[in-house]
Amino acid sequence: MQIKGRIIARGKARGKALVCRDAISFLGGIDPKTGTVIEKGHALEGKNVAGTVLVFPTGKGSTVGSYVMLQLKKNGKAPAAIINATAEPIIAVGAIISGIPMLDKPEKDIFSAIKDGANVEVDAEKGIIIL
Amino acid sequence: MQLSKLEQKMYDGEMGEGARLSMEILAALGKIYDANRMIPVSSAQIAGVSYKTIGDAGLEYLMHMAKSGAKVRIPSLLNPAGMDMAQWREMKIPEKFAKKQIEVLDAYAAMGITMSCTCTPYLVGLRPKVGEHIAWAESSAIAFANSVLGARTNREGGPSALAAAVCGVTPEYGFHMDENRICDFLVEAEAELKTTADFGAMGYHLGSIVKNGNPAFTGIRNASEDRLKALGAAMAASGSVALFNVQGATPEYTVSEGAQKISFTEKDLKETKAKMNSGENPDLITIGCPHASIGEIKEVADIVEGKKVGCDLWVCTARQTKAVADKKGYTAIIEKAGGRVVADTCMVVCPLEEMGYKVTGCNSGKAAKYLSSLCKQKVMFGNPGDIICK
Repeated sequence: MQIKGRIIARGKARGKALVCRDAISFLGGIDPKTGTVIEKGHALEGKNVAGTVLVFPTGKGSTVGSYVMLQLKKNGKAPAAIINATAEPIIAVGAIISGIPMLDKPEKDIFSAIKDGANVEVDAEKGIIIL
Repeated sequence: MQLSKLEQKMYDGEMGEGARLSMEILAALGKIYDANRMIPVSSAQIAGVSYKTIGDAGLEYLMHMAKSGAKVRIPSLLNPAGMDMAQWREMKIPEKFAKKQIEVLDAYAAMGITMSCTCTPYLVGLRPKVGEHIAWAESSAIAFANSVLGARTNREGGPSALAAAVCGVTPEYGFHMDENRICDFLVEAEAELKTTADFGAMGYHLGSIVKNGNPAFTGIRNASEDRLKALGAAMAASGSVALFNVQGATPEYTVSEGAQKISFTEKDLKETKAKMNSGENPDLITIGCPHASIGEIKEVADIVEGKKVGCDLWVCTARQTKAVADKKGYTAIIEKAGGRVVADTCMVVCPLEEMGYKVTGCNSGKAAKYLSSLCKQKVMFGNPGDIICK
């Protein structure tokens, strides 16, 4: 199955889907050394984002979050790709400077279409999600 | 989103990796905010300079951008750094912090950015005209540029301002467009505003009410540039105000028909000042948030001339303004009284809490807000004449 989306950060990557319905703050929410979600009470608390296709509604929190995404990338713990329902500047800027392919505004409801753990390819050159 | 030929070249990486990253950021922001095109900007003011606020993550990003060959195409200045680059040792800034701060500035310098670290670029020669499009990032400078100068800027972040500096353009949305520059609050200033501190207190109170709205003011009779600078800075700190109008004092004054009416009374002024005061007997007094104008430095010099200040005193300003104060003799007067004229930095972004200070005095609504939150200080708020030499 293919789902069209809007290109935010170009590139192509694949990985296992990590899906949640909570917004994510990379600053304070994810440990830049390990990639583990550390925000208390977050739907993904204790899970690791490294190498995943991270599917979540949108970003939240401090703008320093963009830089934390770059730290994750340099530590080899960044998500392989990101799919947002609606992109906002913190995640968008973080994805671009870190070279993480990112799409938003998918044509279908990603939260029901993409199952946690499924193999997903994000083609952010063409603007498609391949399941 | 339509890109011009040159913009497309940047996007496609034909003008280097730094320009590619920057144009990709601007294009993404354009999509997020539904812009149709890019517009040229005449200057940039870039935030994310103090090592205290950006940390190792931010430093890594700047080194990454510098290494990618990013170079600015338009006049670009910086926000204040975490220390005075010339007298950080005298300020007792920790050595480790200083080393990191120098690395931050080296990365910016490599990208061709002017090493002027100030929240008042408009006081040191970067003074856009009415209607001029710019990309500025420091909240009080944004409020001043949009409101007092009538220039047009969105509330840029560090990376978006740097991207605009590298590409010379910004996506057209928000405060660049007429329809978003109409005031949706109408404030009747009933209280008698006698000092710059009073304007700061009014801004402190109103920012938390109007949040990211655009307030228009009536009833202000004695507005000066210094006072409007204090008003905007406080509203941008307690709220996120980026544009305000003052009847008779700002180049624009457009109020929507359904604007929400608010009055700021003598009682509001008194209560706000009481709320802003959380300490006494300060071990440091700070003037210059936003960075002091030459007039404000003279005011302090006049107060302390021939006296000894009982605690540390910093007058924070831009390096160019300090040079004028040096020449006019104000710096010498302040130093003789035991104070210091500090350039490149301010009380909010330097590591005050690591330097042993507990109670800090100020005359700024913005400083009062951030000294208590970011710097863990108890605050004494008032006019320079009342808090210095008391």
